[in-house]
Amino acid sequence: MPVDMRTYLGHVELANPVVTAAGCAGSGSELAQFFDLGRIGAVTTRSITMAPRAGRPTPRMAETPSGLLNAVGLQGPGVDAFLARELPWLAQRNVRTVVSIGGGTVAEYTALARRLNDAPGVTAVEVNLSCPNIEDRGRVFARDGGASAEVIASVRAVMRYDVPVVAKLSPDTADIVSVARACVDGGADALSMINNPLGMSIDTETMLPALAAGTGGLSGPAIRPLAVRCVWQVRTALPGVPIIGMGGVLTGRDAFELILAGACVVAVGTALFHDPYACTRVLRELEELVAARGYQRLADVIGLAHRPPGAAARHRTDFEESSL
Amino acid sequence: MQVTGTVLTTRQVDAYHALTVVAPGIAERFRPGHFVAVAVGGSGTSMLTRRAFSIHDVKPDYGGTVEFVFAVNGPGTAWLAERRARDTLDLVGPLGRPFPLPRDPVTCVMVGDEYGSAVLFAVADALQRRGCRVDFVLGGASAGRVFGAMRARRMAETTTLTTEDGSLGMRGRVTDALPGVIADVRADAVYASGPMETLRGVTAVAVEFDIPVQAAVEERMACGIGVCMTCVLPVIGDDGITRMVRSCVEGPVFRGERVRFDDVGTIPFDALGAPGGGSRNAG
Ligand SMILES: Cc1cc2nc3c(=O)[nH]c(=O)nc-3n(C[C@H](O)[C@H](O)[C@H](O)COP(=O)(O)OP(=O)(O)OC[C@H]3O[C@@H](n4cnc5c(N)ncnc54)[C@H](O)[C@@H]3O)c2cc1C
Ligand SMILES: Cc1cc2nc3c(=O)[nH]c(=O)nc-3n(C[C@H](O)[C@H](O)[C@H](O)COP(=O)(O)O)c2cc1C
Ligand code: FES
Repeated sequence: MPVDMRTYLGHVELANPVVTAAGCAGSGSELAQFFDLGRIGAVTTRSITMAPRAGRPTPRMAETPSGLLNAVGLQGPGVDAFLARELPWLAQRNVRTVVSIGGGTVAEYTALARRLNDAPGVTAVEVNLSCPNIEDRGRVFARDGGASAEVIASVRAVMRYDVPVVAKLSPDTADIVSVARACVDGGADALSMINNPLGMSIDTETMLPALAAGTGGLSGPAIRPLAVRCVWQVRTALPGVPIIGMGGVLTGRDAFELILAGACVVAVGTALFHDPYACTRVLRELEELVAARGYQRLADVIGLAHRPPGAAARHRTDFEESSL
Repeated sequence: MQVTGTVLTTRQVDAYHALTVVAPGIAERFRPGHFVAVAVGGSGTSMLTRRAFSIHDVKPDYGGTVEFVFAVNGPGTAWLAERRARDTLDLVGPLGRPFPLPRDPVTCVMVGDEYGSAVLFAVADALQRRGCRVDFVLGGASAGRVFGAMRARRMAETTTLTTEDGSLGMRGRVTDALPGVIADVRADAVYASGPMETLRGVTAVAVEFDIPVQAAVEERMACGIGVCMTCVLPVIGDDGITRMVRSCVEGPVFRGERVRFDDVGTIPFDALGAPGGGSRNAG
């Protein structure tokens, strides 16, 4: 029996819960050679900045056990080129597009939101809060609830009411729940987590850091338990807020784990580097898994792991049938 | 495209391993200079990123096979070296921008350093089919690490070999032998593949002779398909502007004189979007 995989990001309906993670799908066209982008819930863009950015020097990546360290440094064409080329390309193909934005000041985030306001084809805006705040000696916004809330409130204020604003959180903070709460109080319609925790690797041959930048963001299955924990804690504290869960999803089972923890959308990032078809495969496997557990609607399994131990899982087809 | 192919044969060529894999879709679309991205470690592996290898050869057997040649470097290539006939291998390809070929029957020098030589034979074949004259300069640290000397001798007008320890051919590097070869054969173009440092030297020589050079570069890659932005290097565009471009999709073959080899591993201050390029730059 087919499962109803529809899900909601605020009031925006997505055909299914699998999206690409920010910065892991290029401009979209690269993956379109492998599968029809219209088949997944949405494409998330790389974090768009005001000016073009050359990013960090190479080496930018190092493989670690079940993970990947990256220090790309938000390389991208800048918002003008994005609006002139990349967004129209996606919009013409009717691909649902979550636009990620990154800035160094509250004003820059706000200016970006303003630029996106009139652009057709923006399904939602995801605010990448893991950027250094120029006005606070480079302290990352996402570390601090106040700074994050300020960015979110100002983006929410200028963004069209029908475009959800998603706050993307980092696990590198003392209390992710308080940052999440501050963002929601600031007007975030949804939350997304987790961005890459910082890691480091040293090449024992050269006896130097493996990345030119020294430190880098860790991704892949190595961070999945961290992602599950963050989604779980935030869902517990803010049960009504939609969560985009991400971090090390390689299979439908991994996506299901984040959904059980409370995510209603799941993003696939690093897995795309290994398997260009990862999104459609994860979607298929997830649907099979939900069906195999006896459910007909994705909505019925979101956050299901939060039920008291021993409590019967509701909406299972087999239970309903047996009670007839 | 992604292909799960069966290993047909494995062989060891001096210091290198070579795997031939049945991969019809890839063989069919192959053009010289393409590479494949190979999943390593088997299912459930902790090695998440694919490894990039230039395609050395394609053959029509079993619907199409591809062969790549590699040196054991770290855990991924060590795993590949243990593959045996009938094992399966997961490949994505063919990837990258292949070598452009000249319209006219010109004289081309092929310069290969270490396993970098592997990619050049298919190019040389294609050049010869267009009536080009082909000469080879192949090198490596020692005799066992010069790849393809026999095949080069069979197909080329002249073949010059170099080793750093003098165990085969001229003592020195390919860049030491190259000026003499270009002068002797009155070369019109150079095709090069090898470590970045070699390509830098080869390009400098070609620039001195004022002839074009097509160089296949090798940067660390996590995806090979253009989505991760880790494989970038500074390249000067047609408009004169330096951009950090992805070597997996815009390359790996570049016109040598467009690559800022001296600045690889940095963000040149004048590159598009370089830090400090204006107050509008974030973070
Ligand atoms: C376009 C291209 C063509 C190549 N062709 C060949 C070839 O024909 N024969 C051959 O022996 N090697 C080739 N290489 C290099 C080959 O990809 C690396 O030797 C290999 O990835 C090392 O993997 P490892 O697990 O042994 O090493 P590790 O150091 O453990 O690899 C860790 C990570 O770094 C990446 N990496 C490490 N070294 C390199 C490198 N030199 N280039 C790119 N990525 C690297 C790996 O992909 C992996 O993600 C090519 C590289 C590129 C980019
Ligand atoms: C190469 C790379 C680039 C990334 N770029 C961005 C980015 O531009 N903006 C952002 O918010 N997150 C970025 N991320 C983080 C991912 O979106 C995601 O949150 C994280 O990698 C965890 O998911 P994964 O394990 O599935 O990759 C990037 C991750 C990687 C690996
Ligand atoms: S290797 Fe990922 S963009 Fe080139």
